[in-house]
Amino acid sequence: MARLTIESLRKSFASTVAVDDFSLDVADGELVCLLGPSGSGKSTILRMIGGFEQPTSGAIRIDGQDVSRLPPDRRPTGMVFQSHALWSHMNVFNNIAFGLKLRRLPRSEIRRKVEEALELVGLGGYGHRQTFQLSGGQQQRVALARSLVLEPKILLLDEPFASLDQHLRERLREEVRDIQQRLGITTLFVTHGQDEALAMADRIVVLRNGQCEQADAPDIIYRNPQTQFVAGFIGQMNFIAANVEGGTFRHPHVSIAVGVQDGPAVLAVRPEALGLAATDGEAGATVLRSTDFGSHIMVDVELADGTRLKAMTSPSIRWERGARARLVPAAYALYRDNRLVDSGRVEGRATTAASLDVVRVTV
Amino acid sequence: MIRTYSSTSGRFDWTGLAFTILLAIVIAVPLLVVFTWAFTEVWRYPSVIPQKFGLRFWDQTLSRADVWEALSISLRLSATVTALSALICLPAAYAFARMKFPGRDLFFLSFLASHAFPKFGLLVAIAAIFLQLNLIATFWGVVLIQLVGTLMLMIWIPVAAFQAVDRRMEEAARDVGAGPLRVFWSITLPQAGPTIFAAVLLTFVSTFYETEGAWLIGAPQIRTMPVLMINFINNQVVIQYGAVLSVILWVPSFIALMFARRVIGTGAFAKGFGA
Ligand SMILES: Nc1ncnc2c1ncn2[C@@H]1O[C@H](COP(=O)(O)OP(=O)(O)OP(=O)(O)O)[C@@H](O)[C@H]1O
Ligand SMILES: [Mg+2]
Repeated sequence: MARLTIESLRKSFASTVAVDDFSLDVADGELVCLLGPSGSGKSTILRMIGGFEQPTSGAIRIDGQDVSRLPPDRRPTGMVFQSHALWSHMNVFNNIAFGLKLRRLPRSEIRRKVEEALELVGLGGYGHRQTFQLSGGQQQRVALARSLVLEPKILLLDEPFASLDQHLRERLREEVRDIQQRLGITTLFVTHGQDEALAMADRIVVLRNGQCEQADAPDIIYRNPQTQFVAGFIGQMNFIAANVEGGTFRHPHVSIAVGVQDGPAVLAVRPEALGLAATDGEAGATVLRSTDFGSHIMVDVELADGTRLKAMTSPSIRWERGARARLVPAAYALYRDNRLVDSGRVEGRATTAASLDVVRVTV
Repeated sequence: MIRTYSSTSGRFDWTGLAFTILLAIVIAVPLLVVFTWAFTEVWRYPSVIPQKFGLRFWDQTLSRADVWEALSISLRLSATVTALSALICLPAAYAFARMKFPGRDLFFLSFLASHAFPKFGLLVAIAAIFLQLNLIATFWGVVLIQLVGTLMLMIWIPVAAFQAVDRRMEEAARDVGAGPLRVFWSITLPQAGPTIFAAVLLTFVSTFYETEGAWLIGAPQIRTMPVLMINFINNQVVIQYGAVLSVILWVPSFIALMFARRVIGTGAFAKGFGA
């Protein structure tokens, strides 16, 4: 229904810069998740799009029209607040009907639309309830219905499920995704839950200090993080800091040939790409603990320099606490000054030729 | 034998009970005495209950034209003052609670400070000004003086009420298309409603009982119920006149309280008073 374009958006409060030169293009019907640590500016971006905060500079366009100076009531956006912000002096029906009444729709049509909206969020027949007679999840759904009933061009969701338990979150996020796709509403979704973002989003935007670190499809964000921050923020990641010397990343426990200039760098390996091989030498990493998750075993190891790593291994091999292990990375990424400088798979047995009992878990 | 006490939460709260009883005595006993006096014809020491009950003094009091006139004036005054006060103070309270403008805090503070000084001196000064404006002994003169007295209550309580309204609720209303005025009318005011209603009620009742300003500015033409009662008590030593008038004076309080219960229910009403 609508296309959202954000151009070098900036917002500074008295002393802090909340959003710094943020640009984003959201296609018609796309669901984009904003992900980032607390205070990274997610809510501020959403509130600027909704019209609750004036940008310091930059433009917000909806279908090409600049809306950044319009008040919230004149913007074609619908926002669902983290605290759901239902009007406690109205019942469920009136909460949803309020916006329709403002648009002076005929009574019968308001009734029909409200019923439809309630059905849509799975609360048919709840119209007469007072808001305090609903569970947390139901309140969130009413808040969602209140926005959806007005058929906004852009739907803004600010951590709508933050206060709900895991089970309900999963169900609601599927419902929201479902509704969003059925209605084809362009949606911006702020969340703290990575799995939520990975499961729902067409695209994920990772924010840090008000700036965009990376904006890509979930699988690319996960498999190909462009910055060390994103690599560490999304999913689990092992980092090993060392130097590149003569085209080789050199660390007492791992050496990998990389195609970058000499200098300090950080090697990043996902737990599922980190294999362990038993070794009796003193040179190996020390196994701290191994946790059995049924489908796999997560082994925590510590390197001589104190770095702790996680390796996901197959359940067929038990790792005893205190055992020595050699690191066998299958794929890596290399970062320098937060930027990705190299990545690749560790081919063959170049670094592991000496050992025969390699345990490797394929990704 | 070991006596076990349950945890602190389970222990009986004697202090609370003592306070309740003390309060009940302090408030209820005088009221009860006055109430009894109003229906008494003969009550001599040392009897605990009156020797003779009767409605003689009610007849005498209610047959007086000045009593009815005073009641009517008092009701009209209180209603006018309360309405004007709400009209002036509620928007001001909203501005104090929600908007940021230069000098906001200073203004608010000076407003409160004006009530920190002895009121009678202020009244005399105002009376001098009113004398020049020919407002002395007029209905609107009394309205003005009483209005000044209500401002603090009618700003202070609603400011707190407006501040307590969730900003997100207001934003959500803007989001679905309501303009600022509509948000105030449909969201903010109903949310702050019970508390504001309590403030209006207090204003009405306190205006009804206000004597200093009414006497200083209104006398002798404008005589409110409390002023009339003071006259009665000053001129005659018959205790029953005072008692009967007192009981009549309770009427607006009771009506107001009953009305309050009817309109918003006891729970919300108590909440309005901060319970
Ligand atoms: N009204 C305000 N006045 C001053 N600073 C603010 C205001 N609102 C937000 N900030 C600051 O702007 C920065 C971004 O805040 P924002 O609420 O956008 O973070 P967020 O990413 O939504 O965080 P969270 O995940 O905790 O909700 C923070 O440093 C915050 O302190
Ligand atoms: Mg936030």
